[in-house]
Amino acid sequence: MSRIDSVFQQRRTEGRRALIPFVTAGDPSADMTVPIMQALVRGGADIIELGVPFSDPMADGPTIQRASERALAGGMSMRKVLGIVRSFRESDAETPVVLMGYANPIEAMGTEAFVEQAVAAGVDGVLVVDYPPEECRTFASAARQGGLDPIFLLAPTSSDERFDDVAQAGSGYIYYVSLKGVTGSATLDLDEVCARIPRIRERVGMPVGVGFGIRDAQTAARIGAVADAVVIGSRIIEEIENSPREEAAARVESFIRGIREALDATEGVLK
Amino acid sequence: MQMADSPAMPDASGHFGPYGGVFVAETLIPAIEELRQAYETCRNDPEFMAEFRYELKHYVGRPSPIYHAKRWSELLGGAQIYLKREDLNHTGAHKVNNCIGQALLARKMGKPRVIAETGAGQHGVATATVAARYGMECVVYMGAEDVRRQAANVYRMKLLGATVVPVESGSRTLKDALNEAMRDWVTNVHNTFYIIGTVAGPHPYPMMVRDFQSVIGEECIEQMPEMAGRQPDYVIACVGGGSNAMGIFHPYLGHRDVRLVGVEAAGEGIETGRHSASLTAGRPGVLHGNRTYLLQNEDGQIIETHSISAGLDYPGVGPEHAWLKDCGRAEYVSVTDSEALQAFHDLCRYEGIIPALETSHALAHAARLAPTLANDRVLLVNLSGRGDKDMHTVAELSGIQF
Repeated sequence: MSRIDSVFQQRRTEGRRALIPFVTAGDPSADMTVPIMQALVRGGADIIELGVPFSDPMADGPTIQRASERALAGGMSMRKVLGIVRSFRESDAETPVVLMGYANPIEAMGTEAFVEQAVAAGVDGVLVVDYPPEECRTFASAARQGGLDPIFLLAPTSSDERFDDVAQAGSGYIYYVSLKGVTGSATLDLDEVCARIPRIRERVGMPVGVGFGIRDAQTAARIGAVADAVVIGSRIIEEIENSPREEAAARVESFIRGIREALDATEGVLK
Repeated sequence: MQMADSPAMPDASGHFGPYGGVFVAETLIPAIEELRQAYETCRNDPEFMAEFRYELKHYVGRPSPIYHAKRWSELLGGAQIYLKREDLNHTGAHKVNNCIGQALLARKMGKPRVIAETGAGQHGVATATVAARYGMECVVYMGAEDVRRQAANVYRMKLLGATVVPVESGSRTLKDALNEAMRDWVTNVHNTFYIIGTVAGPHPYPMMVRDFQSVIGEECIEQMPEMAGRQPDYVIACVGGGSNAMGIFHPYLGHRDVRLVGVEAAGEGIETGRHSASLTAGRPGVLHGNRTYLLQNEDGQIIETHSISAGLDYPGVGPEHAWLKDCGRAEYVSVTDSEALQAFHDLCRYEGIIPALETSHALAHAARLAPTLANDRVLLVNLSGRGDKDMHTVAELSGIQF
């Protein structure tokens, strides 16, 4: 069983939800990323989404774009991201790592080389924002064959047929984008999310994580009542942005612990 | 690669061979599907197409003439150069053709708000113009660097009632404006139509913009026999994203003896790395919703481009051009800033026409090619826009301050 599957199975057995923080590799600097990932795990992260910086992050808001710009200015690259995962694996063999980014850095490396090197580095899944299922059949099947879960997005605007496309192409979990804007946007329609998730879970037959716009423990807890996992990104980047370097890891840890506690207090068993 | 005799491109999912496609985040998929269906309906609707043609005739002033640049041809001493005068269109460039088409489509789809990205400002001005014409709200995203370079066009857009948003992220040029416009669209998709100005982006944009711009080449096919007694030996157009080039090339694709030449911006020289010549010096990759040739580093990051003309300052190119290059139906060359400037000045002095700096790249290649050919050969250059907007840039280069 893959690390991702076993995390979800374990949490389900415990009646808990998975917590998935997102950080950009190389933000604020390459040497800080592993300590921040370790801090996230200490604070209660179940899976880490590690952003691969890209020069043109069209689907991200200003917060994650700034993180990408800082990382690229520091010389971050796909090869270095894989190096970060390798060194994280030296101290943590359990926590799944999902790379999240855009198609071009993967294509520049070569999709086969990417799958091979990502698996060797200890990456568990990959979410390519600008690869909808119909444009990446070859990549998705190569990833699955190589042992990498291809993770896809669903949005409030997605049709039922889309659910099926994504369920067929993807594995690991589905990432439900909880609002219509870009990452880090302010408004989130909780009622809409809570109404939609049960239908999606039933239809796709795999765990559903919800992200985009989740900024505090209370919101996380409400989402946790209906979803298998909660994804938090921009809010963590802001924490890193606003901390003195030496405190960033500790502040991220304490922020994520607050979310963890609220999430664990969530009542109700998911079917 | 071989090209079919009847080029039915793109395929149903928007691919031109390995290029094109729909590489966007899931949040945009339904919007693109809605657009694809609406365009499919409208392009087959005689009433819609009649209204489009009516607007082109009475609002834009089409057909635009073809002009024989006799003095300049004589000076160069070789082939005869003909100019397709898109600079005489309302708003001063070819961009308006496409904007009319997309604005009519937006109205059909019930979207009261249009957004656009712009580099040189021509597409922004054209969008602001049609938005005023049809009573739509208009927001134009423009790189902060371009806002500085194209102050007159920024003012023009504001006069027309548009909101211009300077984009401060990334390299603060066209590609960053495009990123920002996409973000707006993702957020406001329920009431907003994104008018893309070039033959790039996710399907159906490359096809749709090409179709709306094809009026340029269609007119040429009718006009050239009257003007020159025959079709041209070469059709030459500048290529940034590539909309004016696709517009004049596409109707000529089936005319096998007409050579099609796209001219990219070599900036300070291809060897300096400071240029915008994606087809000449780039590699295929994925950006802004399509697979195409891109200027990128080894790690797949998009690199900053350079050109004297803001409208060519873009690291990608329309996917159909990528396909035409690979299959050999069109050839792509490049022209430096200084070669383009020379052609700019020559056309001013010898023909009394002030061309856009973008267009000057196509002219510079014509000036290079003409002397190598006999004087009964015919070159047709798409004079895609007028140069009024570039006064400031050219004056600055000559050390003149207004």
